[in-house]
Amino acid sequence: MDNQEHTAQQRNKGFKTWLKGFVTGIPLICWLFGIFGAVLVEYFLGDLISYYLGLPKIPVLFGFLTVLKKPLLIPGTLGYLFIVYGLPVIILIKSLRKPANRLAAFLDRQPVSLAALVHLGLFYGALHLWADMSDYRLLVIKLTMIAIMLTLSLNVINGYMGEFSCSHPGFMALGAYTASTITLLLFANDKQFGDALLPVALGPYFFPLALVGGGIAASLGALVIAIPSFRTRGDYLAIISLAFLFIVKSLIENLEVVGGPRGMSSQPSYATLPVVFIVMTLCIWIINNFVRSTMGKALNAVRDNELAAEAMTVNTRKTKIITFMFGAFWAGVAGGLFAHVLRYVNPGSFGIQSLAEILAMLYFGGLNSVTGSIVGAVSINVLSEALRPLEIYKWIIIPLLLIMVMLFRPTGLIAFTEFKPKELMKPRQNTGEDA
Amino acid sequence: MRNMALLRVDNMTHYFGGLRAVHKYNLVLEPGHIVGLIGPNGAGKTTIFNLISGIHTPTEGNIELDGQNLIGHHPHEIAAMGLGRTFQNLLLWRHMTVLEHVKMACYSKITYGLIGAFFGTPKRKREEEKIESKAHDLLKVVGVDHIADQIVINLPYGDQRRVEMARALAIEPKILFLDEPTAGMNPEELNQMMEIIRHVHRELGLAIFLIEHRLKMVMELCEIIQTLDFGRIIAEGTPEEIQNDPKVIDAYLGKEVVL
Repeated sequence: MDNQEHTAQQRNKGFKTWLKGFVTGIPLICWLFGIFGAVLVEYFLGDLISYYLGLPKIPVLFGFLTVLKKPLLIPGTLGYLFIVYGLPVIILIKSLRKPANRLAAFLDRQPVSLAALVHLGLFYGALHLWADMSDYRLLVIKLTMIAIMLTLSLNVINGYMGEFSCSHPGFMALGAYTASTITLLLFANDKQFGDALLPVALGPYFFPLALVGGGIAASLGALVIAIPSFRTRGDYLAIISLAFLFIVKSLIENLEVVGGPRGMSSQPSYATLPVVFIVMTLCIWIINNFVRSTMGKALNAVRDNELAAEAMTVNTRKTKIITFMFGAFWAGVAGGLFAHVLRYVNPGSFGIQSLAEILAMLYFGGLNSVTGSIVGAVSINVLSEALRPLEIYKWIIIPLLLIMVMLFRPTGLIAFTEFKPKELMKPRQNTGEDA
Repeated sequence: MRNMALLRVDNMTHYFGGLRAVHKYNLVLEPGHIVGLIGPNGAGKTTIFNLISGIHTPTEGNIELDGQNLIGHHPHEIAAMGLGRTFQNLLLWRHMTVLEHVKMACYSKITYGLIGAFFGTPKRKREEEKIESKAHDLLKVVGVDHIADQIVINLPYGDQRRVEMARALAIEPKILFLDEPTAGMNPEELNQMMEIIRHVHRELGLAIFLIEHRLKMVMELCEIIQTLDFGRIIAEGTPEEIQNDPKVIDAYLGKEVVL
């Protein structure tokens, strides 16, 4: 028995080193090529492959939905995943390793913004093709990107600054309603506000301004919370911000001019995939810039010891208020996108349930970490979509997962790390050649 | 003559509720001098530090730094005017590296503003590089530059004290307040810390205001020593005068009672 276990362990270890040897030496751009290739395979051959594997259509979300509804299709789905995603990625990263390393080395010598643009372009290409195959995928991707923005902006307040804010859905609502009002009033013929005041064709160009307007509305809301609650530290912010959430919700429920409990609908479809992607990238870039600067590090100093921060010339009160408004701004922008993605908002979307989801993504992914927020938002969002067929059991599995993470990694999966794009994109010397 | 003093405290009194923590305290600290503050536990030494650095506002009295009135200013403003300090119980930021600690104390020197912080402008890059090299220099002064990238909470106690010292120096102070800089140190670390204090005093010409329990150290370093008991100064003078002052001996050892 012991012996068997031992050999099993050895084999396991062997597999691990094999996997490690396989994966090392592959720069990020090589992975992106692999993913791009896999998506191309699915785009052109997906229908054919799924037909021969006996699947009714291409598995939309990695086959979770199909498998959970019809367990008999498990072998076919696994085969599909292997042929469409697994094989092309393996083949491409193996064969492109050397040229990709050379390309990465070349990009490493260029300004970091150029390298980032190349990587993002490649990633967006893959994402666009992948989303092109089904409307459901498109919606899931857009909502996931919005979730990333929300989680990241909450991380700035709850993680980096160490306060506990509960009003993120409230900020989101302010942003969503402000942006919707702007676009509906100015650029759409709808039953709420009547005819468009400006030429409809101008709408898409003014959409960024509408989003910024939503963000500013949210940060003004944040200022209202910040002034009374940042005089002292402690639980005040949690309580006041929770109250703010309810105030905002009941305010818009009772404001007939924005539709009351029925909400607002028929927003123009400005929030296309590239728009959402660009706004999300901007959000990640700006927040990452901020938290890596000495001004942003002041948030950590305020969190870890406010008195020491104050004695070291940091204006703690100003820092806290500005950060809170900054976090709220991005929540407002995310809310504006949310309204234009669904093209419908009602007060019910911005309640305590939404707060719980954002908090779950934040604490699952990890505090004080940009990477953690991205991982948390993507995994919880995709998981909750993928487990949708389980209906009520979904709400047992996801909380259980959260509890497990809290037990084994109390600060979240990837906490207290710095997100360094340059490090991420650098070439990796081929060390796994003979392993 | 009045303008000679770098730091001047006049008749400062402070009450915590009904408790009189500090009573009619006076201090004149001239450029380049080292003044020591000694006294039994609970005498109000740290309270005096907190009052001058703005953490508490004195009930009565006047504080002037370089001719500027400090009453009513926030601690961060007072710090930026040139008052660096360390804390008795080491107030470090547990998730930050040694280098980040020292860079953080350059906060008031940053001029790139929010725009620079958000968009990573070239100006920000220049300024960050400047304060980084300055931080490395200061870490070399206190001898912890080799561990600049470590998280501060993992360091031994003596090194943490040095980081705090470097951090206080990074705000480019005119006066350095040291609150028991050698508490919990072994004799070797103690000697190194005294060397550092002498070094910054000599090289940077700082005025130093020192709270310390180790009388040997205070006697060696300070030019003037104040003795505090129950919030009031009971003796002030050169080390020799203090050593032989019967009131000081009483405060520290208790009265000799002859039966």
